[in-house]
Amino acid sequence: MSTVIQVKNLTKDFKEIKAVDNLSFTVEEGQVYGFLGQNGAGKSTTIRMLLTLIKPTEGEIEIFGLDLRKHRKEILQQVGAIIEKPDLYKYLTAYENIRIFSKLSGTKVPEKKLWEQLAMVGLTGREKGKVKTYSQGMKQRLGLACALIHDPKLIILDEPTNGLDPQGIADMRNMIIHLSKDLGKTLLVSSHLLSEMEMVADNMLIINKGKKVVEGKVSELLNPANTTIELITTNNKKTIEILQQSAWKESLSPQSNGSIRLEFNKSSIPEFNNYLVEKEIQVLSLRPLNSLEDYFLSQTKE
Amino acid sequence: MFLQILRIELFKIFKRPRTFISFGAIALIVLLVQFALKVNGKDFIQLYTDSQADTFDIPYEKIMNGYFVCVAVLHMILIHVPLLIALIAGDMVSGEANLGTLRLLAGKPVTRTQLIIAKFSASTVYVILLLVWMAVFALFGSLLLFGREDLVVFKENDMHIMKEYDVLWRFFVAFIYAALALTMIAAMALMFSVFSENSLGPIVATVCVVIVFTILQQLKVPVFEDTINPWSFTTHMLGWKGFFYVDKNVEGATIDGSIENPSALIRSGLILVGYIFLFLFISIRAFNKKDILS
Repeated sequence: MSTVIQVKNLTKDFKEIKAVDNLSFTVEEGQVYGFLGQNGAGKSTTIRMLLTLIKPTEGEIEIFGLDLRKHRKEILQQVGAIIEKPDLYKYLTAYENIRIFSKLSGTKVPEKKLWEQLAMVGLTGREKGKVKTYSQGMKQRLGLACALIHDPKLIILDEPTNGLDPQGIADMRNMIIHLSKDLGKTLLVSSHLLSEMEMVADNMLIINKGKKVVEGKVSELLNPANTTIELITTNNKKTIEILQQSAWKESLSPQSNGSIRLEFNKSSIPEFNNYLVEKEIQVLSLRPLNSLEDYFLSQTKE
Repeated sequence: MFLQILRIELFKIFKRPRTFISFGAIALIVLLVQFALKVNGKDFIQLYTDSQADTFDIPYEKIMNGYFVCVAVLHMILIHVPLLIALIAGDMVSGEANLGTLRLLAGKPVTRTQLIIAKFSASTVYVILLLVWMAVFALFGSLLLFGREDLVVFKENDMHIMKEYDVLWRFFVAFIYAALALTMIAAMALMFSVFSENSLGPIVATVCVVIVFTILQQLKVPVFEDTINPWSFTTHMLGWKGFFYVDKNVEGATIDGSIENPSALIRSGLILVGYIFLFLFISIRAFNKKDILS
């Protein structure tokens, strides 16, 4: 497996504001790489630097092992991207849009492929319709078709599910899985829909205020040996008093919303459950906090 | 690749209905002026010949011919055409930024310099087509409506007379010169466009600059005549008129095929070319440094 993207000490200053601060990460071939962060964390700025829309203040970017500054043209011929929302020429038709982007891609695309690509994203019958008459979902699919028309090796999707309805989100998820698993493409996907990312990403990077918080395999980051458990009972106050007398008292952490959090080894969950039953504590909810959303919040909280 | 981008830029320009507003406006204005001169042509000529009317017998019918009408049309509309040019050229980069497509273009394997030159070239093609359109209506339309005769052009208290056979080439080079002047306006609008994220700003800025320099030129006061006006583009934009001012021999007769002051025309043309290169250079430099955030 070779390295597709290697970012080293990337920094971008906008006057006083440090949008990206000494960021380093690596994306390997064939991965779906989740790029997570709150609004304003620096995700879009980083992606724009990868696409040469913004010049870094400091740092290096290598894509396919080539320096982006020196080999911009060769690199971008192998990259397809949707940045935030798929803004297209609204006064042109879907066919005219995809034709323009195929000609700008630097790769010779046969005419037949344009129609096939439009069909692949479900726009058959609407190819000659002006984009201004399209729904958000149709625009997103057309944007994806335009980004993929030259069969790029690396696909960068910045918030690809923005503004989509649940069906559109599911379609986009399936498309990402298809591109990665069936076609072997490498994808860098930024999103704030964490549950979606959890379903598609192999690796992920969380950034906050432009800085890397954590990077690693999603499976490892979400399944550590120690896990946080959230407990809600019919009488949380009494439960806390009982747990303060138990072996778990050290990891006990009452929450402001009334719930109780405990951190311990996963293997102890059955034993803990038995203890609660023994003490006649009526449990309303007992769940491990290991979703990406919980993990994200725990990593980015001030 | 450059030709590919140019073709795309032209395709985009001519797919927008607003592009044809300029063509419609020019056709309408020319037709209105031709109609006015057909009905009240004698009154129009009298404005220029009042002082000579007592001395000479002015042949109004002969003066009011297709060539004369075309020169009159150019006098009236060429000064306003910059607005029509700014509508398109001022939108070339800022319009894409506003639409959100600029980031798609700039993220493609084409250089930003190529993009700017392609956009400038597309604006130039638009300028040329607009002038060809104007020529069709103003020159050939007027020749159809008013016929051919010798051309008489009034310059302050002077009269320049050109034989019928010595006129057509003057229109040809005058239109080329006008294309140069309007290309300079396109380059300026494109430059403003690079610095803006919406179309209105560059269009208004271009029109404002043209108005300000036109006023400075029309004031004709020494403080501007000696400093700004010799270099002002508005001074040189009107250089096309020079092709209709002829040289005369010692007897005061027109020398066929002559131009009164060719060196001034060449100088004006070079200054306009200089402005085009300056604006283009600033556009390329600024666009290459620009962080595309839109």
